Amino acid sequence: MSVVYILWLRELKKYLRSRAQIIGSLGAPLMYLGVLGFSLGPVFQRAGEGSYLQFMAPGVVGMTVLFTAMFSGIAILWDRQFGFLKETLVAPVPRLSIMIGRTLGGATVAVLQGALIFAVTLIVGFRPSTVLAVPLAFLITALVAVVFAALAAGIGSSLKDMQGFQMVMNFLVMPIWFLSGALYPLKGLPAVLAVLTRVDPLTYGVDGIRGTLIGVTHFGVAHDVIVLLAVGVVFLGLGAWRFSRIEI
Amino acid sequence: MSDPVPIIRVQHVVKSFGSVTAVDDISFDVHRGEIFAFLGPNGAGKTTTIKLLTTLLQPTAGMLELDGLDPIVQPTEVRRRFGVVFQDPSLDQDLTAWENLDIHGVLYHVPRRVRRERAESLLRAFELWERRDDLVKTFSGGMRRRLEIARGLLHTPKVLFLDEPTLGLDPQSRNQMWTYVKQLNASDQVTVFLTTHYMDEADRVADRIAIIDHGRIVATGSSAELRERTRTASLEEAFLALTGTTIRDENATATDQMRQFVRAWRR
Repeated sequence: MSVVYILWLRELKKYLRSRAQIIGSLGAPLMYLGVLGFSLGPVFQRAGEGSYLQFMAPGVVGMTVLFTAMFSGIAILWDRQFGFLKETLVAPVPRLSIMIGRTLGGATVAVLQGALIFAVTLIVGFRPSTVLAVPLAFLITALVAVVFAALAAGIGSSLKDMQGFQMVMNFLVMPIWFLSGALYPLKGLPAVLAVLTRVDPLTYGVDGIRGTLIGVTHFGVAHDVIVLLAVGVVFLGLGAWRFSRIEI
Repeated sequence: MSDPVPIIRVQHVVKSFGSVTAVDDISFDVHRGEIFAFLGPNGAGKTTTIKLLTTLLQPTAGMLELDGLDPIVQPTEVRRRFGVVFQDPSLDQDLTAWENLDIHGVLYHVPRRVRRERAESLLRAFELWERRDDLVKTFSGGMRRRLEIARGLLHTPKVLFLDEPTLGLDPQSRNQMWTYVKQLNASDQVTVFLTTHYMDEADRVADRIAIIDHGRIVATGSSAELRERTRTASLEEAFLALTGTTIRDENATATDQMRQFVRAWRR
């Protein structure tokens, strides 16, 4: 237990110390909120869908959580490069608790970063339907964070070098983000796109966050939570399995 | 005293990476409480052997045992029994010196109070106490090395693996380290398995030495036995007689090369 805690704390300390990273990671979400939010807003409104900012803000929170969680999971690669991974791998503790500690740490960092972006959306003009919805939305955000931190842990354990990282960002993280329905409504999509969005776990995350915050949901919040829980368990299992098989 | 079960048993172990055989059918025992040195040039298979014994790699063939346990079958049990200082850096550079030691203590189940006491005494011994709250990335190479060793000594394992521990250390820290290691060895019967390519170090510290070259063990014995067997006056000459080469030290000096040259002409 103390092992899980100390590795969780390690992730948190590293995050809080990297101010440049915190500020730098605000860039992309701000751009989406500012540029897309205000440019597509009038079109969205004319289509009779209401405020685009209200619609996409939960999606941008989801995006932040996705990127941060993936990034911290992939940090296993950094630890491999700088050697710290070895220190944890030869320690007399089950690899499962090492993986859990890291993953929860990465997920916590992702939730914190998501909270930061949530605050930004409030400043830009996003308004949740009730204040009570916020804690519930954060529970779903936490689930999303665990899902992707676990996925990234599995990938980080399987990659041997930094070159693979760019591939993961381009061929996995970007599609997950664009297919999630963070930027567009899911109804009336072409069949192929409809299938792809349904395979994307982030779709359910964004839908759940949006459902709790502004009451607009495609699948229903309960449905979203169940899918996220199931995917979370599978990814944690896969991540733990990959992590247990690391050779250096 | 006779030793019923050696703490480390290695029998006919082979480790290949693709077509390269890093360790080629090696066998040796390490007795409880001894200081055992693997002496050999760079690329001889020393680090691979340590990785095999510390559960980081699995052998291609052969049998390994640490305290009667198989590292492949019971990795966690085996990990409970050893500590290791790696040749390459393995510190977290984004954490402070103190935090690095603290995490290590938690990973090795050292009780909080003991952890703090030992961390302080080690940081003082290795002259890092004043810098304990600084991030490791601000440390010089030598300071990092010292911290790495201090961390390896934080808990009291049954076997302590030291992979080229003194590489990059100044003589003062080197002495400090050996004093500490010998003290651990004497007071807590910690078995020490070290690799080195420094002759004088193996000669001075180790109870027994295994000479390894090109993935094979050429000879095993105490420094005196090795000298006796080869009828030579120094370990260096014994090494030359056994392997046919001087140690391929990356910082071989011009004097070394001259000596080798002279030796070759004398024959």
